[in-house]
Amino acid sequence: MSEITPEIVGEHGLTPEEYQRVLRIMGREPKMTELGIFSVMWSEHCSYKSSKFWLKKLPTEAPWVICGPGENAGVIDIGEGKACIFKMESHNHPSFIEPYQGAATGVGGILRDIFTMGARPVANMNALRFGAPEHPKTRHLVGGVVAGIGGYGNCIGIPTVGGEVNFDPSYNGNILVNAMTVGIADTDKIFYSAAAGIGNPVVYVGSKTGRDGIHGATMASAEFDDDSEEKRPTVQVGDPFTEKLLLEACLELMATDAIIAIQDMGAAGLTSSSVEMSDKGGVGIEFDLDRVPVREEAMTPYEIMLSESQERMLMVLKPGRENMARKIFEKWELDFAIIGTVTDTNRLVLKSGGEEICNIPVPPLVAEAPEYERPWVATPPPRVLAIDDALADINIAPTDALARLVASPDLCSRRWVWEQYDHMVMADTLRRPGADAAIVRVHGTDRALAITTDCTPRYCVADPVQGGRQAVAEAWRNLTASGAKPLAITDNMNFGNPERPEIMGQFAGCIEGMTDACLALDFPVVSGNVSLYNETNGTGILPTPAIGGVGLIEDVNNDTTSAGFTAEGEAILLIGNTSGHLGRSMLLRVFSDNYRDAGAPPPVDLEAERRNGDFVRDLIVGDRVSACHDVSDGGLLVAAAEMALLGSIGAEISLPTTGIPAFAWLFGEDQSRYITTTSAPEEVLTAANSAGVPAIMIGTTGGPQLTVGDGNSISLLELRNAHESWFPEYMADV
Amino acid sequence: MKAAVIVSPGSNCDRDVQVALQQSAGSEPIMHWHGDANLPDVDLIIVPGGFAYGDYLRAGALAAQSPVIQEVVARANKGVPVLGICNGFQILTECGLLPGVLMRNAGLKFICRDVDLRVEAADTVFTLDYMDGQVIRIPVAHNEGNYFADDATLNRLDGEDRVAFRYCSPEGRVTDSANPNGAARNIAGILNEGRNVLGMMPHPERLADPMLGGNDGRPMFDGLVEALVATE
Repeated sequence: MSEITPEIVGEHGLTPEEYQRVLRIMGREPKMTELGIFSVMWSEHCSYKSSKFWLKKLPTEAPWVICGPGENAGVIDIGEGKACIFKMESHNHPSFIEPYQGAATGVGGILRDIFTMGARPVANMNALRFGAPEHPKTRHLVGGVVAGIGGYGNCIGIPTVGGEVNFDPSYNGNILVNAMTVGIADTDKIFYSAAAGIGNPVVYVGSKTGRDGIHGATMASAEFDDDSEEKRPTVQVGDPFTEKLLLEACLELMATDAIIAIQDMGAAGLTSSSVEMSDKGGVGIEFDLDRVPVREEAMTPYEIMLSESQERMLMVLKPGRENMARKIFEKWELDFAIIGTVTDTNRLVLKSGGEEICNIPVPPLVAEAPEYERPWVATPPPRVLAIDDALADINIAPTDALARLVASPDLCSRRWVWEQYDHMVMADTLRRPGADAAIVRVHGTDRALAITTDCTPRYCVADPVQGGRQAVAEAWRNLTASGAKPLAITDNMNFGNPERPEIMGQFAGCIEGMTDACLALDFPVVSGNVSLYNETNGTGILPTPAIGGVGLIEDVNNDTTSAGFTAEGEAILLIGNTSGHLGRSMLLRVFSDNYRDAGAPPPVDLEAERRNGDFVRDLIVGDRVSACHDVSDGGLLVAAAEMALLGSIGAEISLPTTGIPAFAWLFGEDQSRYITTTSAPEEVLTAANSAGVPAIMIGTTGGPQLTVGDGNSISLLELRNAHESWFPEYMADV
Repeated sequence: MKAAVIVSPGSNCDRDVQVALQQSAGSEPIMHWHGDANLPDVDLIIVPGGFAYGDYLRAGALAAQSPVIQEVVARANKGVPVLGICNGFQILTECGLLPGVLMRNAGLKFICRDVDLRVEAADTVFTLDYMDGQVIRIPVAHNEGNYFADDATLNRLDGEDRVAFRYCSPEGRVTDSANPNGAARNIAGILNEGRNVLGMMPHPERLADPMLGGNDGRPMFDGLVEALVATE
């Protein structure tokens, strides 16, 4: 009598063909625990089976890359013997079901990915996408996610220094919570996950294992339907205090030479950590599950192996170091248990109550995991919108348009959000949230990291190739605008159901665009994460390849600049070419009845991007500009307004005399542009001319208001009120 | 001057205070582990911010029971200056060195931002380098900073000039809109009767370096070093 029925196989998310592959690898019918292990290891979340084919195309190398994708996080060299270790990861499905814990454990998971490699985390970022503001669930989700991110990061004491928040109806049933952590390690003290040394002890540390989160990875690999809330038990519960203990204990042990390999237990818990460690090391692992610290009675081997309880790590230690290691973990009041050994069998063997309940050959479990080149169709090219058509139904004064734009959900101040995050703990946050990139000093040095997250999903849906380019280019631009040399990115690919060809077409297009931009800008991908099946009842999210970028500022005393105006009476210069591109602009989203979210997104000329950005960075590092900000959502006038508000200094902005209609010029979202201020404009304009970079003077700083053209003005006070009030009013009484 | 920073498992502003103190004193403070009740002889004790034992019960409640905190209480009663910042302030109220409690913020949210404070008592070892009525700008970062005590206690604190700092407007006016967390009488920091224990919610160590956007916290550490070096 067969124990494994087709129904059980289906409940484990395996197709009949995939189950046949399991039978072939095992040479027999699997036991339940074995089936559970195949199920999670071959889930979309763990195996990347739909995306691997495409991810391989991304550029991952540069002279400063120490470790690209494939480990817990990417590692880059930042000089003076230090490495920056960073990654972004999604916790979308759990955050929709239980926003506080979903978001909190998302932060906890990405933190562990960073410190498991030997780095002390120094900054958290996030990229959040919610449904339409008027959707009945949105406020509840915003409140819970923000509180969850803050609750975890604030307690463990890692500053949350920035991020992005967007709203769009496509996220009504599937919000996105992408969390990024950046850490710093010594280049000669980086830890990897490959197990080694036959007979060496395998050690479990951290929290006890409970029944929480079982099949979380499988949940994250399927669409939602109307009963998704019943999946709440698959959401894990976070304990940031225990994570703090685990962080300090691991770093203390890492300062010795006791650790051979270490891996955090994230998605699929003990299963994926042990399989990855043995596969990478080309060895086997044998566990006695009776030794695993458990929090509940009568847990079965199946439950122990599939639990996603948080704040746990798996390590291989050098023989003879167990007692020294145990003392460190006992000092921090954490569990420490030797649960197994490294073997030469290449098999994952599990024992419980003296019986062998699992014996899987690891190499085929990993190497023969399904990989699909799913059918795809390219997104049809969008119709380019004529400027005159786009502007036909917009008839207001520029500053009135500005006031409404900066008060719109997508462009208003995020102060309500980031004031709930401790963004100053560790006392190295040189630039706080609310500007282009956060700047975090490398502790005890004059160097700093610039960090940003970027993506414009409304561009990606219209033209995935241009959208993919733009996401990478905007990250590069934000780092550049802070004076940093952009070094590398992490990507978080959030898409709908990959079994639909049009979704895979979005994925393929975004990858193509990202690849173009990474190559043109020397900005490789060093880590990342894929989240598919962000669909509810057949409706997918906007394609959202969120990019987390990191750059280096070599001398914080000289090589950076303000994002806000710093002095009155200075010239305001616009760097980069303006054509007045209005397709997919915020202006149309807010004001147009006929062309809301219509047309083609602005194209990104990567050669111009590189030229303009390198020129601007030289200006900043050469101390030839007093402020710099990139031009993005909302266009030129919104960027100028942001600089005015940051610096509390007004400006006069002149209108072009020929060609482009005023609104297209003021609110068009042409790419590769920056606004800078200087007291020596001729010098900068001459330098731009010889560098082949378009640059013009567009106004002068000064006064208590922003004036556009001939006397159309708005006071900074009114502008600030408009900018600051939407979020607190929207979230009042939640 | 010898200073000790008490390090609990969940302290997370211990290094920040260490850096600020070292900058003013020129020497490193002792980082003293919570589990060790043998606190060396020191001239100053700092209980830093963080989440000492996770604060899942009530902020500071468990920490107040730890062996080293009992020793801190004994030293404070002998006159050793003790500064509690944020979670440190919560712990000092829980262990009885300071009156009142820190309740959840009135807005029910964590708040991290710069606030303006009016210096109300510039005659202590902690505030020597400030002037009475001076407005300083340093950050708060807390979920439970809403100071509460009964009217008799508040009247006594006022009457004995034991309110060290109050939340105020940039011009120094003590108003409701300048109060970030609902604290009674805009109280941001208080002293004990002996004026050698100060508890405060704002973080002077976070703005003691102009690179971080301000330096108004630095005089607290400079003043402590001046006062305590002079008494040696």
